[in-house]
Amino acid sequence: MADAPAGGGLSIKPMDQFEVLPLFGGTEIRMFTITNVTLWMFLAVLVITLILVLGSRGRAVVPSRAQSIAEMAYGFVYNMVIDVAGKDAGKFFPYIMTLFMFILTANLLGLIPTAFTTTSHIAVTAIMAFAVFITVTVVGIVKNGTDFLSLFWVSSAPLILRPILAVIELISYFVRPVSHSVRLAGAITAGHAVMKVFAGFAAFAAIAPLAIIAMVAIYALEFLVAGIQAYVFAILTCVYLKDALHPHH
Amino acid sequence: MEGDIAQMGQFIGAGIAGLGAGLAALGVGNVAGNFLAGAMRNHSAAGGQTATIFIGIAFAEALGIFSFLVALLLMFAVT
Repeated sequence: MADAPAGGGLSIKPMDQFEVLPLFGGTEIRMFTITNVTLWMFLAVLVITLILVLGSRGRAVVPSRAQSIAEMAYGFVYNMVIDVAGKDAGKFFPYIMTLFMFILTANLLGLIPTAFTTTSHIAVTAIMAFAVFITVTVVGIVKNGTDFLSLFWVSSAPLILRPILAVIELISYFVRPVSHSVRLAGAITAGHAVMKVFAGFAAFAAIAPLAIIAMVAIYALEFLVAGIQAYVFAILTCVYLKDALHPHH
Repeated sequence: MEGDIAQMGQFIGAGIAGLGAGLAALGVGNVAGNFLAGAMRNHSAAGGQTATIFIGIAFAEALGIFSFLVALLLMFAVT
């Protein structure tokens, strides 16, 4: 931000929470420096492992709490993959389940006060989005060969419009990883910045009660957004996968 | 209050870019409202379209987030 107003006044720094810092001293960040991003991504993986592996280890007929969470998540994602991408997309289910669980857990862990939200960084989401983009493109080309290009040649449109539509389809295809990653990172960043701004308003006695009530409401909204963004990321992956597996319009 | 004119342009630009977020809200509201209007007429078909409405909302929302991103870039990244 520009310069903070000197001598009291309104000084809210909503973007400071997204700063990447090394965990063990120093200020330099190299390729393998352990930062707070590393820590919170590791915690997300740890939580997923605890719920999915240890929680469902008992395989009880009447499930425990952790097991029923694992079963619900599994069933939810599996139905989504089959419904959206078709029966033959079943072998990509583990990939989409991994993405969904990682994003959901990282979002929810980020909602813990003073926690760091790893999914608010485009560096994190762009890796996932480009992985999806490359996977989908490779799958489409391997499975359909040159037939994959019919994704860009809209055969239901009038012939004169098809070259124009092909250009538009091509652009929209290559902008996918950008919108895929920016959507998740942007929604999470925006939500957390708004929470920080309202938390800053609570410092003024006159509007503090209002700010705290608004804070509670926004927190509930962010809880919803955390789930919806993970769902949207997973379902768009399914849509892209469907395009790759069945490129005909 | 002092400051250079480039910074003023930066902040005004960020404010204008922020308008895009509000316009995206119109789009999201349009998607959800039309979905509800359709769902009220045909309850039985509504359940199967949950995925479609979320995809529609996601696409409408993404463009608003792009404008938010432009605002953020103007505020923090442009020097």
